[in-house]
Amino acid sequence: MSTAILVYLESSGGEIKKPSLEALGAARRLAAQNGGEVCAVLLGKGAAELAAGLNGVQRAFVQPGELFDSFQLNETADAVGEAVRETGATIILLAGTSTGRELGGALAADLATCVAADAVDLSLSDGALTVKRPAYAGKALLTVRFRKLPAVVTLRPNVFAQEPDGEACGDVVSLSEPAGEPRSRVVDTVTPEATKQDLTEADIIVSGGRGLKGPEHFVVLESLAETLGAVVGASRAVCDAGWRPHSDQVGQTGKTVSPRLYVACGISGAIQHLAGMSSSKFIVAINKDPNAPIFQVADYGIVGDLFEVVPALEAELKKQGVGVV
Amino acid sequence: MKICVFLKRVPHTATKLRLAPGEGGSPSRSIQTQGVEFTMSPYDEIALAEAVRLKDEAGSGEIVAVSVGDDSSLVILRTALAMGADSAIHVRAEIPTGLELDGFQISTVLAGFLRERSFDLLCFGRLAVDDQNSQVGTMTARLLGIPSVADVIKVQPAEGCLRFHHLIEGRVEVVECKLPAAMTAQKGLAEPRYPAIKQIMMAKKKPCETIDAEVPEPVLETMSLEPPPARNPGRIVGEGAGAVPELLRLLREEAKVI
Repeated sequence: MSTAILVYLESSGGEIKKPSLEALGAARRLAAQNGGEVCAVLLGKGAAELAAGLNGVQRAFVQPGELFDSFQLNETADAVGEAVRETGATIILLAGTSTGRELGGALAADLATCVAADAVDLSLSDGALTVKRPAYAGKALLTVRFRKLPAVVTLRPNVFAQEPDGEACGDVVSLSEPAGEPRSRVVDTVTPEATKQDLTEADIIVSGGRGLKGPEHFVVLESLAETLGAVVGASRAVCDAGWRPHSDQVGQTGKTVSPRLYVACGISGAIQHLAGMSSSKFIVAINKDPNAPIFQVADYGIVGDLFEVVPALEAELKKQGVGVV
Repeated sequence: MKICVFLKRVPHTATKLRLAPGEGGSPSRSIQTQGVEFTMSPYDEIALAEAVRLKDEAGSGEIVAVSVGDDSSLVILRTALAMGADSAIHVRAEIPTGLELDGFQISTVLAGFLRERSFDLLCFGRLAVDDQNSQVGTMTARLLGIPSVADVIKVQPAEGCLRFHHLIEGRVEVVECKLPAAMTAQKGLAEPRYPAIKQIMMAKKKPCETIDAEVPEPVLETMSLEPPPARNPGRIVGEGAGAVPELLRLLREEAKVI
């Protein structure tokens, strides 16, 4: 049974975001196996230009209204809903970002269906969509099947491959302008001084725990992170202590991450933390205590004082020249 | 202001999960619940703490704690009453052992009963730490046709509305909503305050209403629950800074990640 698959593409600074390109990759593979059309929705500044440059998409739906320069849940859901009606799409894929998660719930309400959040695998056969996704922050993997379509799925960043360039986008269609009084309005936006990549999308994470001994020592990790092109994360203990913002927390009540490389420094490895990071591709642990649970999930461990090991690691990286793959 | 707070009963985050055996040789579909300590989902606790804070700040208001589920949900409702809710509503729904209602079922049940009640603010946790589908808050609001804001870290009352500071794609946006509205709580919004014995005793006198839910057919069917793929046993590369060159060699040549 062939069906249209609709992907909502997030963009920022004139580029489509990587987790969205991964969702598009997943959509193209599903369509290649099962037949059917791949369609995309792009909203906000530059939407039409980005749409025209898309690959492997049969139809793109755009609405460049200024309203979409900040995140407007209801108007965004209305716009995607219009594209769903136009295409008859039965599978709606979103990146597993904060936008995707919020939008997914609203779309599922409109379509009388569920969201399967944070998918790590998707398969479609005989019109039935099966999704594998982590539960209990990654302590278990849950496989669910949609008993009916439409289905809304958010895809975990860093898991699905992008597809190489395909045929240029066939058709760019304009969606209606948002009508009526918005239900809510964005009155202010506070952008952090340095735009930091979200942990869930990071390729490399350097993470610190209580072993850092105080917030002022995170500079050691910041410095290594800069050398590696990494993002700094943290354990729950240090976020609860106020050393780092809660948005840096990795674990069951923080973020579940799957970077290519996770470097845990001075983190003992509480079960909630391990749950959030053990799907990283490679894990390095640096800890003074050879019995710390973190060593049980680490591919490579160094037993030692992080204040000696981390600067040595950074110095050696600089000496050898960092060639991040 | 009348605030409804929605609570889910989940295994404590320190739980080491064991999977329940599947029926008749089929794969496991749920965790073993025996010996597991259940609590209110941590983000729901934050939502409740914020509701209490908003009421205290305003000097008036009413907080209703709501949970959908079988009778085991009553325990967390009692905790919520001790933590500052004024009354509780148990939306009773039978759930097959170990399995869950899906987000569509819970949101439909909640929206159905909320349509017949008056409220100003709905407070949810950003996700439940068991199935982590993070959809019920936003779905319920959309079904009711009211605005919602997810991952809220600060709520400010303003003239005839509320301002929600929320995290979205690494920035903070301040969203102004007329009431009624819904929000989901992110860490940092409020600190849960655990009740003293006196509050626990007083909670017993607070009203707890039970209503029976009409639960729609599920959308999601659980096929299996399995442990995450086992990691290859790792190794200790060495001790101290002297092990760094070998670590880098392994990362380049064996792992090929840098």
